[in-house]
Amino acid sequence: MSVQDKIVEIIAEQAVLEPSDVSLSMGIEELGLDSMGLVETVFAIEENFDVSVPFNANDPSASDFDVSSVQSIITAVEGLIAAKSA
Amino acid sequence: MKRVVITGQGTINALGADVAQTIDAMANAQCGIGALEFPNADRLSIKIGGQIKNFDASERFSRQQLNFYDPFTQFALIAAEQAISQSGLVFDGELAEFSGVILGTAGGGLQTQDENYRSVYEDGKNRVHPFVVPRLMNNSAVSHVSMTHGLKGPCFTVSTACASSNHAMGQAFQMVQSGAAKAMITGGSESMLCFGGIKAWEGLRVMSNTGCRPFCASRDGMVQGEGAAVFVFEEYEHARARGAEILAEVAGFAMSSDASDIVMPSVGGARRAIQGALNSAGLNPTDIGYINAHGTGTAANDKTECAAIKDALGDHAYDVMVSSTKSMHGHLIGGTGAVEMLACIAAIKDGVIAPTINLAEADPECDLDFVANEARQKSVDVAISNAFAFGGLNAVIALRKI
Repeated sequence: MSVQDKIVEIIAEQAVLEPSDVSLSMGIEELGLDSMGLVETVFAIEENFDVSVPFNANDPSASDFDVSSVQSIITAVEGLIAAKSA
Repeated sequence: MKRVVITGQGTINALGADVAQTIDAMANAQCGIGALEFPNADRLSIKIGGQIKNFDASERFSRQQLNFYDPFTQFALIAAEQAISQSGLVFDGELAEFSGVILGTAGGGLQTQDENYRSVYEDGKNRVHPFVVPRLMNNSAVSHVSMTHGLKGPCFTVSTACASSNHAMGQAFQMVQSGAAKAMITGGSESMLCFGGIKAWEGLRVMSNTGCRPFCASRDGMVQGEGAAVFVFEEYEHARARGAEILAEVAGFAMSSDASDIVMPSVGGARRAIQGALNSAGLNPTDIGYINAHGTGTAANDKTECAAIKDALGDHAYDVMVSSTKSMHGHLIGGTGAVEMLACIAAIKDGVIAPTINLAEADPECDLDFVANEARQKSVDVAISNAFAFGGLNAVIALRKI
């Protein structure tokens, strides 16, 4: 499974949606994820990809990890995976 | 209904080893938060806390005692000793049977659990010390205070996360107010600063690694602390008859539940607790001079708390001094309301208003007088202390000058 497909699957599960209903352009609010849903999503990403995600629930937009859309999350995780293997 | 007064106080926390040191540190806007030092701290992503440094338990307690005393019990015993000594009460005869202990804690003997899980899981040992259970149980601190001072009346532990101490002191207040007890030893204790304790909190992503900045626009989370504060709540006529020094009157108490979310706070629940405490004390919003805020430094709490204070106090919200001393001693979780009660007593008794330190940048959603960065000297007749816990459980205590 690609990084993108896995992240879509994780987000879909947290948002209680089918993966096919999640589009890459969707934002966090559009997905219906609240701050604790986001915290669980970040945890699932860390566990699946063995990365450490810089994320503070107090101000998600201030974190280095861009959670503004599904695509931005995928891009950020790909960056973390690349940094890990570098 | 009996009137209830405070005739003794004691503490140990990151700011000091007793009340005088703690209030002096608050008056000088000192910060007790620094690098966490304990085994495996290097594997934590959160590396700061209000840890009690330069404390050697073996200088204070015997080896036999320490077999039974988790740090949360040690802190409670140290604070209770100071409080009872100041009150001048000796618990014997009928007084002992009508006096008890109610303390708050969220984690109880968490360090004992942490150490022993490490021993059996990580080190592969198949045997633990025989007293692990009496050392870790949440009522351990209460029971040892009871045993040490001969308190034979109502004794129990209250555990409501960050509101534990306020709920405990509220129970003690009502116990004396109703006549069920003559005196109650009350407050709270916490010692969560260990690898497992912090690791669990890291998961929530609400902890700061840069400092505790309540009400500041740049705030990025809470910072934990540890320690205890303990008070003697005594029936007013009993205290007066023996000529005891009265520090403040416990005027009112109220609790409420948000019944909405397990971690997110609610304006309505907090407002109802503040209003309830005033009603219970027969006070008006305009009577309040100082509020010791829950003020955790998280995005959610601080703006919710400000909205609740404004809803409860109306225009007077802008005239009252509000500070979060967590900026200095950290968040003691189940012990926090007790340490914060020290600041309320200092305001009532000495007119020392503890500041909110690290407040550099105004947040439009937090626009009250937070006594920013420097303590103030101002006479205050009524102070309230807010505690709003995870689980949506709120408890507010009102103190009055006597």
